[in-house]
Amino acid sequence: MSDGIVLLGHGSGGILSQELIQDLFMPHLTNETLGGLEDAALISLDGLAVGSLAMSTDSFVVKPLFFPGGDIGKLAVCGTVNDLAMRGARPLYLSVGFILEEGLPLADLERIVVSMAAAASEAGVQIVAGDTKVVERGSGDGVFINTAGIGVVEPGIRVSAANAQPGDVVLLSGAVGDHGLAIMTRREGLRFETPLESDCAPLNGLVDNMLGVCPEIRVLRDPTRGGLATALNELAEASGVGISVGEADIPVHPAVAAASELLGLDPLYVANEGKLIVMAPEACADDLLEVMRAHPYGREAACIGRVTADRPGRVILETTLGTRRLLDMLSGEQLPRIC
Amino acid sequence: MTYIQGFRNPTAARHLIERIRATATAPVRVMEFCGGHTHAIMRYGLREALAPGVELLSGPGCPVCVSASADIDQAIELSLRPDMTVATFGDMIRVPGTRTSLQGARAEGGDVRVVYSALDALELARTLPERQVVMLGIGFETTAPTVAAAAAQARAEGLPNISFYSMHKLTDPAMRAILDAGEVRLNGVLGPGHVAAITGWQAWEFLPREYGVPCAVSGFEPTDILQALLALVESHAERSPRVINSYGRGVTPGGNAVAQGLMGQVFQVAAAAWRGIGVIPASGLELSEAFADLDARRRFDLPDVTEGPLDAEAALGCHCGEVLRGVTLPPDCALFGTTCTPAHPVGPCMVSAEGACAAHYRYGGETL
Repeated sequence: MSDGIVLLGHGSGGILSQELIQDLFMPHLTNETLGGLEDAALISLDGLAVGSLAMSTDSFVVKPLFFPGGDIGKLAVCGTVNDLAMRGARPLYLSVGFILEEGLPLADLERIVVSMAAAASEAGVQIVAGDTKVVERGSGDGVFINTAGIGVVEPGIRVSAANAQPGDVVLLSGAVGDHGLAIMTRREGLRFETPLESDCAPLNGLVDNMLGVCPEIRVLRDPTRGGLATALNELAEASGVGISVGEADIPVHPAVAAASELLGLDPLYVANEGKLIVMAPEACADDLLEVMRAHPYGREAACIGRVTADRPGRVILETTLGTRRLLDMLSGEQLPRIC
Repeated sequence: MTYIQGFRNPTAARHLIERIRATATAPVRVMEFCGGHTHAIMRYGLREALAPGVELLSGPGCPVCVSASADIDQAIELSLRPDMTVATFGDMIRVPGTRTSLQGARAEGGDVRVVYSALDALELARTLPERQVVMLGIGFETTAPTVAAAAAQARAEGLPNISFYSMHKLTDPAMRAILDAGEVRLNGVLGPGHVAAITGWQAWEFLPREYGVPCAVSGFEPTDILQALLALVESHAERSPRVINSYGRGVTPGGNAVAQGLMGQVFQVAAAAWRGIGVIPASGLELSEAFADLDARRRFDLPDVTEGPLDAEAALGCHCGEVLRGVTLPPDCALFGTTCTPAHPVGPCMVSAEGACAAHYRYGGETL
């Protein structure tokens, strides 16, 4: 692997992350369940129907710990709740592991824990197991949090990154780029007249409503690291289909568009923490959009494209000018351009 | 943003595309000098929309791409020294040097900080008084004045722990070098709008005067580029080469006198090593004698890279040099998309978002 050492880009969610998983983790750890590379694994236990239990885990490292619209605690609960929800599961229980750096103010830790409690309460999950470790000053970045969760999948629900079929509609629950830019501008000390706020939110309530009107939903994915473009590429690859999306149909808040313009970033590659992509049979499109727009976390939901049989594994973007181009995956960290 | 949207108006863009198609009856070969143009052209799918009437070639105007690997090696070496911090604009950190990149050096423990402005490097120096901060000066006439302003500010404050490693380059010597080499015949040049905002559009009059090639100075939004290309195909059809300022909202005949004055104080013209092109006399900026004490090369006694061996990637089969000179299109390189990808770039054209290879890879180009 490149240079033989871990680079920050290996954590970006883009191609380098994929290579790390494929070339280093999978050869040693793979099995039928892990090999699916889904947001959450569907597992079997004695006495339970096959595929009715979902499990997922996620670790959270974010600088700054507190940002407009959320903090690392809210993120840690929502992240795992959302990973479970993206398999159509109803999240039930979470575990939480803290790695704390010596010197962290207890007041900060409490603020984080209060925020986790609020997020868990909103999502309707219980935190039922926990662990704390402390590392020496300089060995951590204040707080690292890992959460793991389990949830149940109702009979008849089959949601997987591999299920998209040509003809399916591609819907997006709202505007992209809010979270990543809120973090980035706060981290770099950039100030804008319109404040940028993270969209961090638990999406299981929204998913519940969506499955209520369309149990045939085939794919759900929350476009976190690597953004919408990377998530669409992963789904195109996992399902062996092409995806065609319209640039003009993808909602982006004006402040995000402006900040991206200034920093030379593309909001389609910026992280979200409270958005989802759904692929479903066309017959469901109107019902889905209606329940999504009726939910606080789906108000700006839009149909952004279609699953196609052309160019399996590729995502094609119809630009605002009506021309077509490839929408590629993120390669490493997204870096601001020079001029 | 409301202001920008007008320059992305689909109806206006389609109208311009139709007019260019109607005017360019025989293929017109245009080089877009600037990497920002390459990026915008590919991002909006303009290459395909205008083919075959307009053939677009990428030029050497990607600052990251033309930074010599010997310069990057020196920056890497500085970042790995104890008590030293290297500050750089973002997309420089992935560019491969001989052994590794600044990103690789950071993973090895080197102190490399990404800054958005040269003034941020001053702030770093103020907050890290025990460390020596070296700001890498990268870019053309566009960014050089901002680095010059930071140097002047450092001087005024008497900051003892900041210095500047200038890799700044000038645009017109590179354009001349490409035309003088005679490897490509051009019917027009899309002039770099942001460079011209500093230098003034008159600085590009050498193109029609000495080479008989029209130049249209262009902005970076799709209708800016299309309007400039229309002016070029019209100028070509009329056989009346001249400089056309299609970026009136940003560019004047004489440019930004304050920025030019500042550059003149802080920098002096010197030979520079261009990746893929070689050493071009009087094509770069080094710190002037008056600012010698802020010159990282002199402060840390670094060797002159224009005298050493140049880039290693050509030996690996990389055609970045030919791509920068407009001789080869990215997809024609055997490494393109196989051993050389944005995740694992062999040469610098695949690194920067403005690099021609990265733009072709990312947006599909003719492979679509």
